[in-house]
Order: sequence, then structure tokens, then C-alpha cells
Amino acid sequence: MPEWPKDPKYIGKSTPRVDGAKKVSGAAKYAHDVQPGGCLYGAVLRSRWAAAKITAIDLAPALKLRGVKAAILVRDGARQVRYYGDELAAVAATSRRVALDALRAIQIVAEPQPHVVKEHLAAKPDAPRVFAETPNTGAGRERTQGDPDKAFAESDVVVEGLYATQVEIHQPMETHGGVASFEDGELTAWHSTQGISGVRDGLAGALDLPQNKVRVLGEFMGGGFGAKFSAGVEGVLAARLSQAAGAPVRLVLTRFDESLAVGNRPSTFQKIRLGARADGTLTAFSMESYGCAGYAAGGPSAGGSTNSGFPAPYIYRVPHFRTRHTEVSIHAGPAAAFRAPGCPPASFGIESILDELAVKLGIDPVELRIKNDPMELRQRQYRLAAERFGWAAKYRRPGSSPGPVKVGVGCAGSAWRVPGGGTQAEIEVSPDGSVEIRCGTQDLGTGTHTVIAVVAAELLGLTPAEIQVRIADSRFPPSGASGGSMTVTSVTPAVYDVCTKAIEELKKASGLADVRGPQWKAACRRLGVAPLVVQGRWIDGLSAAGTGGVQMAEVEVDTETGFVRVRRVTCVQDAGLVVNRLTARSQANGGIMMGIGYALYENRVMDSTSGVMLNPNFETYKLPGIADVPEIDIEFMDLPERRVMGIGEPVTIPTASAIANAVANAIGARVTSLPITPDKVLAALGKVPGAAKDHPHDAWMSLFGARPA
Amino acid sequence: MTPAERSRGGGGAGAHAVSRRAFLRGLGTAAVTAAATGTAAAAAELEKAGGEATVGPGEVPLEFTLNGRVVRTSVEPRETLLDVLRMRFGLTGAKEGCDRGTCGACTVLLDGRPIYACMRLALEAAGSAIETIEGQSLAGELSPVQAAFVQHDALQCGFCTPGFVMTTTALLRVHPKPTEAEVRHACSGHLCRCGSQPHIVRAALAAAGVATTSPSTADSLRHDHA
Repeated sequence: MPEWPKDPKYIGKSTPRVDGAKKVSGAAKYAHDVQPGGCLYGAVLRSRWAAAKITAIDLAPALKLRGVKAAILVRDGARQVRYYGDELAAVAATSRRVALDALRAIQIVAEPQPHVVKEHLAAKPDAPRVFAETPNTGAGRERTQGDPDKAFAESDVVVEGLYATQVEIHQPMETHGGVASFEDGELTAWHSTQGISGVRDGLAGALDLPQNKVRVLGEFMGGGFGAKFSAGVEGVLAARLSQAAGAPVRLVLTRFDESLAVGNRPSTFQKIRLGARADGTLTAFSMESYGCAGYAAGGPSAGGSTNSGFPAPYIYRVPHFRTRHTEVSIHAGPAAAFRAPGCPPASFGIESILDELAVKLGIDPVELRIKNDPMELRQRQYRLAAERFGWAAKYRRPGSSPGPVKVGVGCAGSAWRVPGGGTQAEIEVSPDGSVEIRCGTQDLGTGTHTVIAVVAAELLGLTPAEIQVRIADSRFPPSGASGGSMTVTSVTPAVYDVCTKAIEELKKASGLADVRGPQWKAACRRLGVAPLVVQGRWIDGLSAAGTGGVQMAEVEVDTETGFVRVRRVTCVQDAGLVVNRLTARSQANGGIMMGIGYALYENRVMDSTSGVMLNPNFETYKLPGIADVPEIDIEFMDLPERRVMGIGEPVTIPTASAIANAVANAIGARVTSLPITPDKVLAALGKVPGAAKDHPHDAWMSLFGARPA
Repeated sequence: MTPAERSRGGGGAGAHAVSRRAFLRGLGTAAVTAAATGTAAAAAELEKAGGEATVGPGEVPLEFTLNGRVVRTSVEPRETLLDVLRMRFGLTGAKEGCDRGTCGACTVLLDGRPIYACMRLALEAAGSAIETIEGQSLAGELSPVQAAFVQHDALQCGFCTPGFVMTTTALLRVHPKPTEAEVRHACSGHLCRCGSQPHIVRAALAAAGVATTSPSTADSLRHDHA
């Protein structure tokens, strides 16, 4: 069995990003930045109707404009549009302004149709249908374990609650898109993507090109969070426009486009009952849930990547349960995988009701979790986090904090188990001793370049700066897409493999018994004129899945304004063998910051009357900013025997739940839906009327009707 | 500088700007004319009324200082400074994240002050000194702010980073020893979706040589060098 070095020099330490200098100096070229000679500007025309039959689109007026080089339809013939923002046509022109002029010139004949953009309205039998042939709600999927009815009847206490999570949008700083260029019948695409191989195959398929005639590049990409796995409509349009115009085309989405059409985290509506014994031991769980992934609601699934399913009762041990999940379609943009798909919504529901149970039983929320969490490691993490956070001194009876600005604390746990694999890599050792590692993986900002350099430097006895890392080129040995927190677990074993093989080869070629470190250059000189090139692949035993983590949050809530401020977050995360502590910390910070946005600010707002999204921009779709940064205390449990693990997703799962519980603890009343905005806080406090027609709780109740969960 | 300040003649541009007073003076007749005969005629009216030149819609010459060198080009009056920097000068360090002055990824310095380049017409830079991220390490050596960003990992995907670096650079020129609150305030016009803000605060203070007092940044230091 392969093993990581026992006394590492770089692994587990903090190494600044090897590509950091490029990123802070503007030298890093992102897909947005690539400008081949003669490059045209692409732009996409989108539906301004939420639902309509498109009978004709006339591109001729656009093509007549000076500077317009191509105009194409997304699809030929009459077609249906199912959301505001659906792609209809695209143009390529010599300047951005001309391209925008061209979009305005295109003539469309459309028959608008009734639409529905709110989940609870879409679930009604007489609602306008998103797909004419099927109802908006699927059949639903039921899972039962044990005998929940009997278990509820025998429970000492039963709590009930209705919880809802909003549609969250990925909003990477670099919008989707890139540059497509044809030369001699071969397509090169600089694409902002989490998966160059998948984009290569997608473009080849869409344009009917052999896969070996398509090359995808993306050394630097400005964030994805799950929304950038495929070529996408915009990637295919860029390539088609380039073909039609006979010139390279840059097609990058506007923030408006990005907000409407390229993915989001589905909304969920969870009616939960939880039964327990008087000592807090969970006995029974039932949940009736709905979820909405936009117009493209898939079949029922627990996976929750492009549909709205989510795991329940999530990480907790409940012997008897019944869950029933139903998908709802509305006329809105489609969901995509989003950082820990399904988990933040799942966490919000179960962690909220657990705190309700804790209050009812008079048990400390941390103790309640330790009692019902089957993972021994996470039980330890709760104790460790409680100590770092000062939980025992901070936890008070809900609402008992004095004064108008009330302070509260909350906690929540997470799990993640996606194993790595499937990566190939290549090392080239030159006679002068320089080293290049090539791997068809991606760096989303997670630090893949640096992780590869750290592992190679460790094994070869060199420094990370001496390792030239080449990634994100579909001509390199393939790796998987970067998702599921599995880049580090997929890539590092393959780098281990090529480095250990290279050492053996170099020993043979040089005749030296030791070629590492100080001997490296001398050994390489003996290669003569030909570099040593060695291929390798992912091997078992170096990385693993199955991390756990817990977070605790302290908030203050202004009961006069309803405004919530997060004061402190403690994160104790199992990260197995940490490869690079510095970039791992950045990921944990990022997960927590994203969790703050999910908890307090972010929300796609749809307008029922017009069917449009009301906040497709950063001034009204609110992201957390630098003023929102709380004190963040991160503890990676150093458990190298658990091998390399990915943490990008688990670190964002419990943040919003812990914050929501902290708000409830502060004010003594629970806001049951995300985001926890001031109006909801004031309504929970009874300071503003909470029973208005649009009050979320009442609206959602209509989804569930009178049926008991 | 706000557009209002600019039109009061606070900047060095002058040549192409229609002053607020001249605009208002001309509005009475020009607005009516505009409705009847279109904007070209309105522009002519304005010119008569205010005695100032209007430009466009074709390309017009533009001269400004870019990272210490005087540059000359010609631009359409409707082109933004960001587009001109990125597409004509190939300086793609400034990014477009929103195209409406909300994300800060396009931040450059105009006469030393951070501005959103997506919210300025290129012509507004006439006669001014523009600094971009590319000008911060001209000699191949990272500036103290850039070096601190790398050292403290104040970035992840890096797309927002040039904007944060430019604003931090401008802040430290004016306040060489800022407090953490001043760093947060200065950077509040920037978004970072990767959530690197905790390390950005840390890097900015480190670049200024200011000891951190916040427990979060202190914790970070303790752990990173464990």
C-alpha cells in the first residue's frame, strides 16, 4: 500500500499559491481575457417572456447592420420558451456595442402564454403547465424505514415545523463563457469551466466534430461552485458563431444572463415532524417536502444536483422515518449542481427542528447532537468546537439576552463522502533537472496548481517553486471534472504515482541509488539529451472520503431593525491529511462566507405578474461582503491516517443552519425560511404584521394542504 | 471623482466635457429640438448654446497617461474606460464582473483614486493618469500589497483580486497605517464570491505593517504557521 511521507517538509504546511504572482499582477489570463486576432464579440438574445410559443425569429435586420458578422438561431423552427432568459438567438459583431445593437434589431413573433413562477402556485392542479403534457408536480418519491407511525405514537415528545430554503444563485465573479476559434477545421475553446474534458466532449457532440479536433483550455477560471461543468448553451453558441463568421468569437455572459440562465440551488419546502424520548434520543422522523429546480425539474432523486432532492434526516440516526419528496416545476431558470448539492437545505431543516426539540426538552443543543450523531469523530468535534467557541458560557435560554440588541448562539454539523479517482497525469523531467507535471484537471481557485507542486516537491525532494504545473488543457492526460470536493483526492494520488515512478526510472537511467533532493540535478544530467517522460494514474490508498465537520455561530440581532450580524463562527473540520494548510483555510473561509450569504441575504426574487426575475444583478441580489466578515476560527483536525480529503463543499454546509439557530436563540422566536431578512425577524418578533397574503409561511402551507406529514 | 465633480472642471479632461451649466443653458431649446429632429441636431443646438464642442458618434482621439506612459488612441465616445483598457491596450487585469459599478473587479486608479472603470467613459480619462494592476509590478517585482496578497492567500479564483489590490494600494498611499475598520470600509465596494475577505483584510494590514488585533486574523496567523 502506498503511503505519504511520514515527516513531510511541505505537505500539511502553508505554501503560498504557486500561481499567486500571476493572479495579483493581472498576468493570469482567464477565458474572459483571451483575445485572438480578429476576435468578434458574441451576445445572446434571450426570451423576455416567461412562457411563450415562438413562431418566427427574423435575423435579417441584425445581419444588415455594419459590423455584424454572424447571427444564428439557438434552435430552428417554432419553439416553446419556458422562462424569462431562455436563449433564442446569438450574434457576433466587430464590437460589443454593435453586437448589442444587433440583438435589438432581431424581430421575434411570439404568442405569450400564461406562466407560473411561484412554487406554491405551480403546485395547484389548475396552474399553467410548464410542460403541457405533464403536471407541474411529479409523482413524488417515498422512503420509509422501520415503523414511523408506531414510533411517533410511542415518543415522549413530538415537535413539528415547516422550513423553507430559497433559490440561491452561484454568481461566480467570472461569468460563464469564453472564446471559440476555428483553425484548419479544428476548434480551440478557452472556456471558464470546472471540467475541460466534459466541455471538449460536449462541444464535439454539439458541432458534430471528432473529439480529437476539439481542444479546451482554461488554466485560470473565475469560480464555478458547480455551475460550470458543461459546454453550456453559450459555449456551443460561441463555437457555432465562430464557424458561421469564420473568425474567433468571444462570448461571455453578462451578469444579467448569469443570474437568469446558468444554474442555481433549488428551493425546498420541508414539513417535518420529529419524535424523541424524554432524554433526547431521536425515535421518529417524518418529512413531506417539495423542491423546485426551475423549469427543468427532473425526476425524484436524493442526489439533488440538477433537481431539488436532498438527504433526510441528513446526518442523524433516527430508527424510524418516512420521507416523501415532490418536484415542482415553474417558469424559471434551471438549477445546476451547487456546492454540496442538497446538503445546505437538508441541514437547515433538520438542524432547525433539532433546536426546537432541544428547547422543548430543556437539553443543550450540543448535547442533543452528540447523543444522536452516529459519527464518533463529529461527536469529538462538537466537544472541541464548544471549547474553542466558549459554548457553555454563551448558550442561554432563547430570548434571554438583555437589551434591544440580542445575542445568540447556534450549531450544526456536516458530512461529505465523495471519493476521488479517475485521474491520469504525466511528468517530464528534463536533463537540466527541471520538472513539468501535466494533468487535465482544473483550478477553480481551490489551489490545484499549488497542491500538485507541493506533492511533487515533497516526493522529489525539490521546492514547490521548482515544479512547473500545467493543467486545464484537454490534450493533457485526463482527470475528472472538479466537483464533489474530489479534485485533491483525485489528483494527488496520480501525482504521487508519476513522481515515485519517475524516481525509479531516474535511478535506473542515472545509475545513482539516490536521486532525490541534492542528487536530483546530477541524476538528471545523466539523462543525456532526452527528457524522461513518465505516465501514471490515480492509485488507491492515498485519499479517502467521509469527512465530518461542525460549526458554531454567534450572532447579534437588532430587535428594533431586525438586522442580523454574525459575530463569530467556529469551524472544526476533519480534513484528513491537509495538503496545503493556507489554501485549505481559504476554502473554509469561503464556505463560511457563502453560508452567511445563504443565511442572511441571497434570494432569487420572481415576479408573479410579469414572470421575470426581479434581481438579476449585484445591487439587488445581495452577496456577503467584506463588512460582513465575522471572527472566523478554523480548526482542521490533523488526522493524516485518514489520508487526503476534499473540504470545499462540507465547509459551507452547516454555516447557515448554525446562524439560523443562533438567531432563534437570540430572539426567542424562529425565522423558518432563508434568507433571514430584517422583515422576517421583525415578523417573528411580532413587531410587524406577519400574516399578510404573501407571508411565506401561509403561501407554503398551501403546498402541503391538510395532509399530515 | 464623481461625474458631477468632473463636470465642474475638477479633473484634467475639459476638452470633451459638456459642463453642467452649459448643458442646462442649452436644454430649453435643445430638448425640444431633440424630440423633433433627433440627437445630432440637439448636439448642434447645444454646441451653439454653450459654445462647447460635442464629439462622436465616430471615433475621436484620446490621450492619457497609462501606467506612467503617455498613450494616444481613438475611441468611440460610448466606449467605457474598461473596454478600452482591456480590448485596445490588452490590459486584461481589470475584469468585468457586472458592468454596472457593483462588483469592483474593474477597479483602476484615476489620478490616484480608485474608480470603477466600467462606469467611466474612456473619454473621461483624457489628460488623466490611469494606473492598472499591470502597472504595479512593472519592474517584475511584486509591490508590497501584491506580495502580501500572495503571502496571506488573499485570493482564490483570483478574478476579483486586481480590483482589491488596486483599492488597497490607493488606501495605503493615503493611510499608510490603516485600522482594520478602514480596510473594510475602503474595500466595501468590492465583491469576492470565493469568500477570501478574511485573508484580504489580513493581507492589507500586513502590507501596511500593522499588527492585527482582531481575533480572527490573529487565529489565522497562529494556525498557518503551526
